[in-house]
Amino acid sequence: MSTFTPPRFYNSRKRTNFMAMAACYGATLFGLTWLVLILMTLVVNGLPGISLALFTEMTPPPNAQGGGLANAIVGSLMLTVMGVGIGAPIGLLAGTYMAEYGRHSQLTSVIRFINDILLSAPSIIIGLFVYGAVVVPMGKFSGYAGALALAVIVIPVVVRTTEDMLLLVPNPLREAASALGLPRSLVIRRVAYRAARAGLMTGLLLAIARVSGETAPLLFTVLNNQFWNVDMATSVANLPVTINNFINNPDPNWKQLAWAGALLITFTVLSLNIIARVVGSARNEK
Amino acid sequence: MTTTHQDPSTSASVSGQARPETISVKNLRFYYGDTLALKTISLPLYTNEVTAFIGPSGCGKSTLLRVLNRMYDLYPGQRAEGEVIFEGRNILNKNEDLNLLRSRIGMVFQKPTPFPMTIYDNIAFGIRLYENLSKAELDERIESALMKAALWNEVKDKLNANGLSLSGGQQQRLCIARSVAIGPEVILFDEPCSALDPISTAKIEELIDELKSDYTIAIVTHNMQQAARVSEYTAFMYLGELVEFGQTAQMFTSPQDQRTQDYITGRFG
Repeated sequence: MSTFTPPRFYNSRKRTNFMAMAACYGATLFGLTWLVLILMTLVVNGLPGISLALFTEMTPPPNAQGGGLANAIVGSLMLTVMGVGIGAPIGLLAGTYMAEYGRHSQLTSVIRFINDILLSAPSIIIGLFVYGAVVVPMGKFSGYAGALALAVIVIPVVVRTTEDMLLLVPNPLREAASALGLPRSLVIRRVAYRAARAGLMTGLLLAIARVSGETAPLLFTVLNNQFWNVDMATSVANLPVTINNFINNPDPNWKQLAWAGALLITFTVLSLNIIARVVGSARNEK
Repeated sequence: MTTTHQDPSTSASVSGQARPETISVKNLRFYYGDTLALKTISLPLYTNEVTAFIGPSGCGKSTLLRVLNRMYDLYPGQRAEGEVIFEGRNILNKNEDLNLLRSRIGMVFQKPTPFPMTIYDNIAFGIRLYENLSKAELDERIESALMKAALWNEVKDKLNANGLSLSGGQQQRLCIARSVAIGPEVILFDEPCSALDPISTAKIEELIDELKSDYTIAIVTHNMQQAARVSEYTAFMYLGELVEFGQTAQMFTSPQDQRTQDYITGRFG
């Protein structure tokens, strides 16, 4: 038996491989470090502020003790629900048009291109747009304007996921449904949506996660409110702007509440992302 | 192009009598955009018989099948000229109600395509579109459809299981049951066994043989033994032309055209 000697370049290839792997691991570690540091800072600073009062009491006046974020939490929930409520149906319908009716049309390519721009537009621009389009004519900040700004952020996310998920539905399934004599609308609603259901849900959850932490669009549209207010026609309290205001104030009580609020939002977004992942992976199960 | 194209009517008269035709294709031309994919095809689908479309890939046999229920209408740029007579009218007419047509001419596809819902709903779905049945009538109809598709015994205890949980062969029979349930006149099979193992294939072939007593059947197949086994009539197509049409037994023993002979003896394709 002769001993096998690998060719000369084999060792250098192994070295190159090792270096590339090391670089990959290094880059991953570098990225993860900041993520972990951010989360740690949040937990360390935010955890002491988490209490029942956070969810039950109003935002306190400056230089007071105690208080909570109840009005901001409820306000954020209302804004998010309304924003997603406006944006998601529009996004779903637009995405459906692109994947089902206009698949071969030039219009779809144009919409897709513009949608991608909208998807990556800085949210402050959207806030400014709604400020100019709604707040200025109405003459006041309002929850409706904020929800509208959030809806503008939701739309491109939902359009994108809806189109992508419907395109993943195999065409023979549509043909099979058509072959039974189903009209186009039923083929889409009863078969294509159902087949893409997990993906569509994922898109919705990601859209909720995306808007629940948005601050910039709210600064120009709802502003904020120190008090309990559920009238969407006026300024309502919301977490992101409250955090923004409280963290910039020397009052230690406000600072603590801001950290707790930040932890709350991060945790919510993280949970939504995880749920979206779980729901999304369920798609492949039979 | 010179061919030994048999006139369908003469080949039909081989059997000694004019058979009733459920579908009559007359001078059909089909275009994908500017490409002529079917070059003036005429043939009958005889009532309660199985007609096989054979030929090498790209010969137009699937295209022909997809004209018969106007499946091509789902895609822009595809169009057909000529006549396809079914129930006394040309179904290529612009004002043909396609959904109604497709409920009369069912189709089973190459890959099983159960809908992402329960076995029960897979079948009930199509029925509910056209008929308003009571729960008991619906149950009965679903049972009889599954019986006809030779699937009842395998699924009667799990009608609420997802259709996707069945094996490939069972899924394909579910798709057949789904078509049968809405009471069509014709069932089109587009290579129904090409994704199945030999045992499932045998079951489907057996099923096709039973179904022909109630339905007129057309089947596209790559498998010549399958065509020989299941069909009474065979159409051999090549490069968008109908080269030969006739009784299967006759075509496989004494083909009229050299190309048919070359194909069925395995010289090409």
